[in-house]
Amino acid sequence: MNKKINKIKKFKYKYGFYTKIKSKTLPLGINKNIIKKISKIKKEPKWMKKWRLKNFKYWIKNNKYPKWANLKYKKINFNFISYFSEIIKNKKTNKKINKTFKKLGVPINNKKKNISIDYVFDSTSIKTTYNKILKKYGIIFCSINKALRKYSKLVKKYIGTVVPLNDNFYSNLNSSVFSDGSFCYIPKGVKCPIELSTYFRINNNLIGQFERTLIIVDEGGYVSYLEGCTAPIRNNNQLHAAVVELIALKNAKIKYSTIQNWYSGNKKGKGGIYNFVTKRGLCYKNAKITWLQVETGSSITWKYPSCILKGDNSIGEFRSISLTKNYQQIDTGSKMIHIGKNTKSIIISKGISLNNSKNTYRGLVKFEKNSKNSKNYTQCDSLLIGNKCSAFTYPSIISMNSSSKIEHESTILKIEEEQLFYCNQRGLNKEIAMSIIINGFSIEVIKKLPLEYSLEAKELLNLNLKKTVG
Amino acid sequence: MLIIKNLYVKIKNNLIIKKLNLKINKGEIHILMGPNGSGKSSLSYTITRKVNYNIYKGKIKFNNKLINKLNTYEVSKLGIFLSFQYPIEIYGITMFNFLKNLFKKNKNKYIKYIFKLCNKLDINKKYLNRYFNYGFSGGEKKKNEILQMLILKPKFSILDEIDSGLDIDSLKIIFNNIKYYIKKKKDSSFLIITHNTNIINYIKPNFIHILYNGKIIKTGNLHLLNKINKYGYKNIINF
Repeated sequence: MNKKINKIKKFKYKYGFYTKIKSKTLPLGINKNIIKKISKIKKEPKWMKKWRLKNFKYWIKNNKYPKWANLKYKKINFNFISYFSEIIKNKKTNKKINKTFKKLGVPINNKKKNISIDYVFDSTSIKTTYNKILKKYGIIFCSINKALRKYSKLVKKYIGTVVPLNDNFYSNLNSSVFSDGSFCYIPKGVKCPIELSTYFRINNNLIGQFERTLIIVDEGGYVSYLEGCTAPIRNNNQLHAAVVELIALKNAKIKYSTIQNWYSGNKKGKGGIYNFVTKRGLCYKNAKITWLQVETGSSITWKYPSCILKGDNSIGEFRSISLTKNYQQIDTGSKMIHIGKNTKSIIISKGISLNNSKNTYRGLVKFEKNSKNSKNYTQCDSLLIGNKCSAFTYPSIISMNSSSKIEHESTILKIEEEQLFYCNQRGLNKEIAMSIIINGFSIEVIKKLPLEYSLEAKELLNLNLKKTVG
Repeated sequence: MLIIKNLYVKIKNNLIIKKLNLKINKGEIHILMGPNGSGKSSLSYTITRKVNYNIYKGKIKFNNKLINKLNTYEVSKLGIFLSFQYPIEIYGITMFNFLKNLFKKNKNKYIKYIFKLCNKLDINKKYLNRYFNYGFSGGEKKKNEILQMLILKPKFSILDEIDSGLDIDSLKIIFNNIKYYIKKKKDSSFLIITHNTNIINYIKPNFIHILYNGKIIKTGNLHLLNKINKYGYKNIINF
């Protein structure tokens, strides 16, 4: 604990550095030519180029900027963003990249045997480690670009099936200009023996990052996947618009964890990442998808990891901790669409707000007509620390049959004065006391994370607390 | 050691302690009694500087240091310990991990030390892996308080109804440990809040005070206890 305290005292957003590196960046703005160029640089198959252009056409035509979220920010100028930036690969830049990831605590040449990492730097994937071990099991884990070239048929079959063309403004934009992300395929009956992970890093000043991740787990397979995110400290806002699609075929299981620690802006709310993310999974019969997320970064977060429970007996889970401080705003939650019979879903959302921040839960639980005997349990807890922060809950429930059950619990707490008093009385200072209480508040989510990351998540929460408490 | 002079305490405009004077020297054991709602717990919260227990007038000094304006944490660091009447539960942190935080140095030795104290207090080690006080019985919670006292080694301890809700065996164990602590640390002082006049069977106090309506109305020795037993508070108050 002593070590921890020392660490806490030295707090700074330690991922806020910038790597000066030679790169090829496309001019600002978005148009057909830019998209064609991206596709050309990536050496994509023709169908992909067509697909991108189709999405772009739709985006231009139905360009309705979404305003329904409980977020306040300046409208984004989409012509003031560069949509692609790639490092010029040579020995010198390679060294710099290695240094960067080492500094971020995820060295590329790591010797951990229980994890395979895909490193995404600005618009491209730099490297994917431990491909060989995975090959033995027939598991495909690589950047989505490589997949587009090597496993074109597989990608074509699934991409855009969970998040369709007309889904939303940002997913549409992403489908037109996405540059990189991860692709994963787990064959029939294979339980992936190691953790798969992607580390996203935004470095360039003017780019937007548009990641696209597609995970397919074939019948009876299992995978645990984790993404981590960081970006340098900057005064301007940067856009990150991602689309993640999960497909769990019959009897398959997917666990998808996120530790989101983008730069969140300074004390006055200047700078930070705009994080607009569409994440959705499709469950076939007896399949299970679990979304776990720890959200501490970004100045704006707009994110609703959801499950479509299409197959009978399928299960969807969403567990989230979101911590906001300074002027951060977060609008997050989940959609659980029950279509099959006997489907189950759990939503557990824990929001912690500090300073002047705004923390919103928004959820939808829907039972279709044929989704008989299905169940949902929702729990949304908000913890307020201080007098200027706020917490909101917008749950929607739609049931189209009479045999399904929904439970919804919701609490808003102020920090427990009695617990604080007790800890202080025992000679524990406010920082430690708070971290004990917050940990208790969020343990239901943290303990579900893969072990290594649960420690990381705990530390991250503590570090973020320090900034404001004490 | 502890000197309270002419103390007035307010919670939101309600005067809950009025003109209270108390002096506790090194190595002394004081017992504080009084009918329900007389302000016993309020006094302990005031000494430990709980928020909202505002000192309106008067002084509290500990080892010649004025503690009126200190906060709970700072008071605790001076060596003042409060054993709570109703110890709180904290979900999400195990008892063991909580206790670990109480050690200052020599962290390598704490595991053995905690085990030793558990044996002494007859606490099942299983509890160490449970969330702090979560689902503990009343007796286990009180033992947990004394366990923490033994770890923190305070100069001055307030025990707020440490004896309420305990069976005879637990009571004996707890007081044996308190006595052991006094023996080892002779200059430590105690303020024991209780309703139980049989407490003298377990521990020998130097003084007994009766608090009524926010004020100490009587101070005496063991004879006072006999009087309380015989006549009840009411008659003493009316004297």
